[in-house]
Amino acid sequence: MVQEFAGFASLAPAYPEMLLAVGALALLMIGVFASKEISTAITGIAIGLFVAVAVLIVFQSSDGVIFSGGFINDAFARFMKVLVLTGSAFALVLTVSSASENGLNKFEYPVLVVLATVGMMMMISANDLMSLYVGLELQSLALYVVAAFKRDSGKATEAGLKYFVLGALSSGMLLYGASLLYGFTGHTQLTEIAQAVALGERNPGVIFGLVFLLAGIAFKISAVPFHMWTPDVYEGAPTPVTAFFASAPKVAAMALLIRVVFDAFEPIARDWQQVVIFISIASMVLASFAAIGQNNLKRLLAYSSIGHVGFALVGLSAGSLVGVQGVSIYMAIYLTMTIGTFACILALKNEDGYVETIDDLAGLARSRPFVAAILALFMFSLVGLPPLAGFFAKWQVFLAAIEAQLFVLAVIGMLASAVSAFYYLRIIKVMYFDEPEASYAAPAVELNVVMAVTGFLVLSYYFTIGGPLTAWAQVAANSLF
Amino acid sequence: MILTNNILTIVTFLPLVGAFFILLTPGRDEVAERNIKWIALATTVVTFIFTLVMWGMFDPTTPNFQFVQNHVWIGDVIGYRMGVDGISVLFIVLTGLLMPMCILASWDSITFRIREYMVLFLVLEMLMIGVFATLDLAMFYVFFEGTLLPMFLIIGIWGGKRRIQASYKFFFYTFIGSVLMLLAIMAMYWQAGTLDIARLLQFEFSEEAQFWLWLAFFASFAVKMPMWPFHRWLPEAHVEAPTAGSVILAAILLKLGGYGFLRFSLPMFPDASLYFQNFVFFLSVAAIVITSLVALVQTDIKKLIAYSSVAHMGFVTMGIFAGNVYGVQGAIFQMISHGIVSGALFLSVGVIYDRMHTRDIDAYGGLVERMPKYAFAFMVFTMANVGLPGTSGFVGEFLTLLAIFQINTWFAVVATTGVILSSCYALWLYRKVIWGALEKESLKGILDLNTREMVTIVPLIILTILFGFYPAPLMDAMAVSVEALVDQYQMSVGLAQ
Repeated sequence: MVQEFAGFASLAPAYPEMLLAVGALALLMIGVFASKEISTAITGIAIGLFVAVAVLIVFQSSDGVIFSGGFINDAFARFMKVLVLTGSAFALVLTVSSASENGLNKFEYPVLVVLATVGMMMMISANDLMSLYVGLELQSLALYVVAAFKRDSGKATEAGLKYFVLGALSSGMLLYGASLLYGFTGHTQLTEIAQAVALGERNPGVIFGLVFLLAGIAFKISAVPFHMWTPDVYEGAPTPVTAFFASAPKVAAMALLIRVVFDAFEPIARDWQQVVIFISIASMVLASFAAIGQNNLKRLLAYSSIGHVGFALVGLSAGSLVGVQGVSIYMAIYLTMTIGTFACILALKNEDGYVETIDDLAGLARSRPFVAAILALFMFSLVGLPPLAGFFAKWQVFLAAIEAQLFVLAVIGMLASAVSAFYYLRIIKVMYFDEPEASYAAPAVELNVVMAVTGFLVLSYYFTIGGPLTAWAQVAANSLF
Repeated sequence: MILTNNILTIVTFLPLVGAFFILLTPGRDEVAERNIKWIALATTVVTFIFTLVMWGMFDPTTPNFQFVQNHVWIGDVIGYRMGVDGISVLFIVLTGLLMPMCILASWDSITFRIREYMVLFLVLEMLMIGVFATLDLAMFYVFFEGTLLPMFLIIGIWGGKRRIQASYKFFFYTFIGSVLMLLAIMAMYWQAGTLDIARLLQFEFSEEAQFWLWLAFFASFAVKMPMWPFHRWLPEAHVEAPTAGSVILAAILLKLGGYGFLRFSLPMFPDASLYFQNFVFFLSVAAIVITSLVALVQTDIKKLIAYSSVAHMGFVTMGIFAGNVYGVQGAIFQMISHGIVSGALFLSVGVIYDRMHTRDIDAYGGLVERMPKYAFAFMVFTMANVGLPGTSGFVGEFLTLLAIFQINTWFAVVATTGVILSSCYALWLYRKVIWGALEKESLKGILDLNTREMVTIVPLIILTILFGFYPAPLMDAMAVSVEALVDQYQMSVGLAQ
């Protein structure tokens, strides 16, 4: 009896995941047995659950490796998990005002989001190829369903199918890579793989496994050349779902990538650095140019997110402490900007439905000055214009690249960011310099709050969250080295 | 004590307080608009008073940075560091001086979205003062590049017919120029281990590093300045911007480039500065001669003044990279003087544009008959633009020519022709607009300067003539700092004996 109790206490590092998983199941039961439609209440409880788990992570969770080395909790995991929980919570908040139009007013939706979040937290804490795959698939399967959640919409179904087929392909690649790694090193645990890699000769099998693994993860973070699904899924899925896709899963996959390359492949850093540098450059450059021609807002944001993943990878390319710190900060700021931008888009609704194209934004500065100002702020921030948060994100990752003397990468990245300014400015131009065409209804209260909060954080980054966030990211990055 | 320690923070962020109150002002009617204008004016005037207080407290006998604040802020890298020396203090005062005039110049000519306009202007003031006041290299970039945001919107929203193209050009020229500087700043951090400008000034970079860093900084400042042939954005931005936007652009924003050269390129990369000296001289002289010739054939008043700005900035770059006391003093004086004079010229153009809504030179003529006060004001500024002795324009040009004469006679000779050319286009402009018979029907009813316009223009006339005859206040403030800068430069490159 005493032993069993001690056994449970030893699971302390995984308490947050357990709480969230149990919460998801409980919500499912409530939803099934409730007599009437209570999706809004369940959404509310799910948001509360996210907040509670985040609080638990910050204040109560202990470091440790459990489940025979399959699960690790450290400062890095905590940092990323809080980001993921924040992203998921805000994504649910964004759902509320438009749930019925988008067919998201069913209790399964919040439950699936919670389950996907459990998967993401498992990914972040994965210390073993096995738990890595399990976490990734739990997340992906929930996301496939979420993408196609609006069943009667052709576009959404197409998006879900595309996402599923390509996602399954990437999972296959990842599994294949994992099996190669196991075959050549004899281990599945990341740290043991690292030891085996360090001891052995430079083995082509390991390199192959590494590349397949990276390809699978690159798909999840939608880095070029594995990005093709992104614009279609972003466009096809209902906007609140897109907001979710663009925020939390990206952070989780990025965290997974960081942990895998540092914990398992530190000894062959040069090999994975080449790959990361390539996909970083490809993502930045392709996204900058491809987005120029887009007129659909969500497709444009899809390319924008591809580009930003490229920028975040600049930090990872450096393969250093400063680099990991940079990526962590980058993901935090990217998350804030993404949530805010999607809140702005969701806030623009009239009798014709939601805003779809850039031209629909014409003259927004006059019809909806607050939304226009916040959206302009985010666009300037996405460009990376100081003194907004987006600049400090770029600052951190490029600082790492310069430290690692990756000058070519840095120059290409900077020029790509200058090119990307072109399409971000176009949105501002349309909103501020053109004459109004459409009028929009007043946004819902919670959207206003989200816009105000994220806008404030982006605007006042240097004075408010900049210092604490950087310090925390440093602690997080330190735990990996 | 509290004031001394925090004066720079107050001066820099005071405009934001005003912007905040403007955002809080309720209502969208005329009363609200009037209140907004008055808040903006009051904020800029109070800021100006504080800049004067700061100048009063400034000790011109030491080359060290004063009113220093030094806190590490973000991740042990970026700090909150403030401080001024004899070089930057003058630019802060200049900014403070011109802002109230910009607000007054926009009083009636900006007719829509006044709230946004005033907020953007106050934010712009904060950023411009920040550029001069900060002692952290990363924050310098933040302020420097941050000015793009309000200026892009000011040109794009309140500009003329081709405002969109002009605002894009303005943004991309400057943005692409600056991103390389950002990478150079990071490289400097990893080499020197700090972003504190005061400490970076003491750090010696290797010659190879200097070469690349100098080029990266040059890319940014040469566009901002602008130097020939990177000036293409300037005429368009000037022509399309509203009057106050042109004033700020010519008077302050162009000076950011010159200030950057003085603060970073010359003292931090002395060997590279010497290496590229002839290159800069060539571009400067080319700017002086070519853009003066281009100015001769302009038909748009604002464009003519814009090209003349490029020519005048040629003297500044020439003076800075001459690297001796005359050159640097002349360059700073020329920048301050050009800030006053070109600002005043754009204000003057704004006066007649508000009445006639055209900037075409041919649309005017004989204004002296209806607008004697205006004719006098415009004459003073034209003479200052030409560089007539007795106006502030003379001192800077004379000193920089003196400086370059010591180094290279040929460049000095060619540059001097620029002085002649500038009198050609400036006097030609004056003759076409002010003299002659008042024949055009549309001009018969034009009114002379009103009180508001007098308030903006008269102080600038006084300053133009005052600094022409008595440049000491400016010279005294900068002298010690300039000497220290020049000594350090000449020591590093081995010129000093």
